[in-house]
Amino acid sequence: MSARTLFEKVWDAHVVVAETGDTPAVLYVDLHLVHEVTSPQAFSELRQRGLQLRRPDRVLATLDHSTPTLPAGSDGERPYTNDEAKAQVSLLEANCREFGVALHGWDSADRGIVHVIGPELGATQPGMTIVCGDSHTSTHGAFGALAFGIGTTEVGHVMATQCLLQRKPKTLAIHVDGTLPVGVGAKDLILHIIGTIGVDGGTGHVIEYRGAAIEALSMEERMTVCNMSIEAGARAGLIAPDETTFAWLKGRPQAPQGKAWEASVNVWRSLRSDADARFDREVRIDAGAVKPTVTYGTHPGMAIAMDAPVPAARNAQERRALDYMQSEAGKPMQGTPVDVVFIGSCTNARLSDLREAANVLRGRRVAAGVRMLVVPGSEAVRRDAEREGLHEVFTAAGAEWRMPGCSMCIAMNGDMAQPGQLVVSTSNRNFEGRQGKGARTVLASPATAAASALAGRIADPREYLVEVAA
Amino acid sequence: MKPVTRIHSRTAVLADENIDTDRIIPARFLTTTTRDGLGKLCFHDWRYLADGCDNPDFPLNQPQASGCAILVAGRNFGCGSSREHAPWALLDFGIQAVLCSEIADIFRNNALKNGLLAIMVSAAEHQWLLEHPGIELSIDVRGQFIELPDGGRIVFQLEPFARHCLLNGVDQLGYLLQHETAIAQYEQQPDHFTQEQAA
Ligand code: SF4
Repeated sequence: MSARTLFEKVWDAHVVVAETGDTPAVLYVDLHLVHEVTSPQAFSELRQRGLQLRRPDRVLATLDHSTPTLPAGSDGERPYTNDEAKAQVSLLEANCREFGVALHGWDSADRGIVHVIGPELGATQPGMTIVCGDSHTSTHGAFGALAFGIGTTEVGHVMATQCLLQRKPKTLAIHVDGTLPVGVGAKDLILHIIGTIGVDGGTGHVIEYRGAAIEALSMEERMTVCNMSIEAGARAGLIAPDETTFAWLKGRPQAPQGKAWEASVNVWRSLRSDADARFDREVRIDAGAVKPTVTYGTHPGMAIAMDAPVPAARNAQERRALDYMQSEAGKPMQGTPVDVVFIGSCTNARLSDLREAANVLRGRRVAAGVRMLVVPGSEAVRRDAEREGLHEVFTAAGAEWRMPGCSMCIAMNGDMAQPGQLVVSTSNRNFEGRQGKGARTVLASPATAAASALAGRIADPREYLVEVAA
Repeated sequence: MKPVTRIHSRTAVLADENIDTDRIIPARFLTTTTRDGLGKLCFHDWRYLADGCDNPDFPLNQPQASGCAILVAGRNFGCGSSREHAPWALLDFGIQAVLCSEIADIFRNNALKNGLLAIMVSAAEHQWLLEHPGIELSIDVRGQFIELPDGGRIVFQLEPFARHCLLNGVDQLGYLLQHETAIAQYEQQPDHFTQEQAA
C-alpha cells in the first residue's frame, strides 16, 4: 500500500462504504459525544421516525453548556439562568433514559465539559473516529483520533446508524520546529498559528500537528492545540500518539486493561504518518519565535504577541473589529485595562491549566475592580484541584471558584460579562457578543489571564513567574 | 426535505468577512429544544438596538433588503460553531441561499442538509456580487449556474450528492439506513486500533 498520512490510516479503517463520484463515503463512528444543546432535535427525529438509537454503548453524554456553575440552593434548586435552560437539561436526562444512554449527569462524579471528560475517562483513544454536535470536538485529535464537530441533523444520523456521510477532506501538515521559550505555552502557540495561517487557513483540511515542539507537549497541551483547529477553519486536527499519549491514557476507566492494553499500544504505535506520505499542504512554524500571544480583534486569527503593536485595519470589518474591541492600531495589547478574567473552557480548564494560573496567583491578590472566575473543566478536575489546594489559592486571591461547565466560554448559562467589559479569557472564541452582548474578549493562556487579573491590565506572566523563581 | 431546484430573488449584501455563527444566532438563544421560530433571533445583536428597536445601520433592515431570499456575504461566512441553529434561523428569516467566495465547512454542510443553498463562487464573481446589492438573480441548482439580469451566468460547483439530494428532496437519513447490511457487517469486525484482547 502506498504511503499514508495518519489521517488517512484512521479514515481508511472506518470506511463502511467507499465514496464514489456521486456519493460520499459512509464512515463509521466509534464514539459519539452528546450534550444538551445540539441533541434535542436529533432525539425528536428518532422518535418521529420510530427509530432506535443504534449503539447506546458508543454514546457518552453529559451536561455542560446550559448548566449553572453555582451550587444548588438550600431548597435543592439549581440556579438555572432561565426555565428554558432548565428544560433543556431535563430533556437530555429524559432522552437518555428513553434511549438507554448512560448520562454523566448531575449525580455523576464524572460530569464535565464533554471534551474534558472523554479523554479523562479514557473513552477517547488513538485511531478512533469521534464526533459531537460541537465544533471543538477537534480536541480529541490530540490522541491521534479523527475527531470533528457535526450539526444536529448529523447527530441524528449517528444516533440512528452510527455512521456519517462524508467526503474525504484534504490534509494540512503544520510542522512546529524548535522549542517554545520559557513561560510560553500551548495556548500561545495555537493563537500564534491561527494568527499566521488565518481563520480560514485550514478550511477543507484536517490538520496534522507535528515536529519537535509538538512532540515535547504534554497531553493537556496537545489538547489545547487540537481544540482550536476549528478556529483556523479545520474541522479536525490531530497529533500522532506516542509514549506521552500512552502514559496518559494508561489505567483510565474506559481504556483497555492488562493484556488488551499491551496489544492496543502495539497497534497504536503504527498510527503515524509514513515517512514519505504526502500532505496536500504544509506550513512551518518556528516555536522559538512564539511569545505570550493574545487576540486584539473579534476572531481568533486577529492574534499577536502582547507586546507587538496592533496592526492597522486593512478594511471595513477590521475597522469594525478594532472599534468594537476599542483596540488602538499601533499600540500593544499589553497594558490594556481588564474588567473580567475567565479561566475555564475545553481549551484551558484541565488541572495543568489551573496549576499554571495558580502558580502566578499564589500569595497575591486580584487587582481591585477585576472580577475573576475559575471554572474547572470537570468534576474530576475540581476534585484534583481541591486536593492540591488550588481552590484556596484562587479564593485567597479574590477569584470565584465555580462548579464545572462551559460557563463564560459560551455565556449561555448566565455566566457572562456586561456590555463594554473587557474579558481576558482562556476560552477559544472572541467573536462579538460571545461572552455577553457587547462584551469584549481577549483570548489568552491561563498564565497570561492570571497575570492580567493581578495587574488589572493585560500583563506578561513571565514577570510574575520570574519573581517566584528568584 | 422539500426539493430545491431554483431560487429567484433580489440579493441583499452583508459584506463583512468572517460572519460567525454567534453573529447569526447568539449562543444565549440555543436553549431551545426545537428547530422552529428562530427567524426572529437571526442576527439578533446586530439587527436590534439595546431597546429592542430595529438597528437602522444593519443592512438587512434597509427597506430594499426586505423580501430578499439571496444573501451575498463576505468571505468565510458561517465560521465558528457547529450549531445547526444558524441555518435554521436563516431559513426561518427568509434566506434561501448564501453566496460567498468561501463558506465555513460545518456551516455549509448543515446548510445544504436543510435545503439552504450555500454556494461558493470565485473571488472575482464574489467581489462583483458584493458591489451590486439588490440585483435579481436566478439560481439554477440542476444546471449549477446563477443567471444575472443581463443573461450572463456564474457557474458554480456543488458536491454531486448534495445536489442530488437538493433536487430530489432526498432524505439523507433514509439513504444511510439503506446501508444497514454494510454497517452491520462492519460492526462484526473487531475495532481496528483498540484491541479488546491480547493479540
Ligand atoms: S467550553 Fe466552550 S467551546 Fe468548549 S464545549 Fe463548552 S461552549 Fe463549546
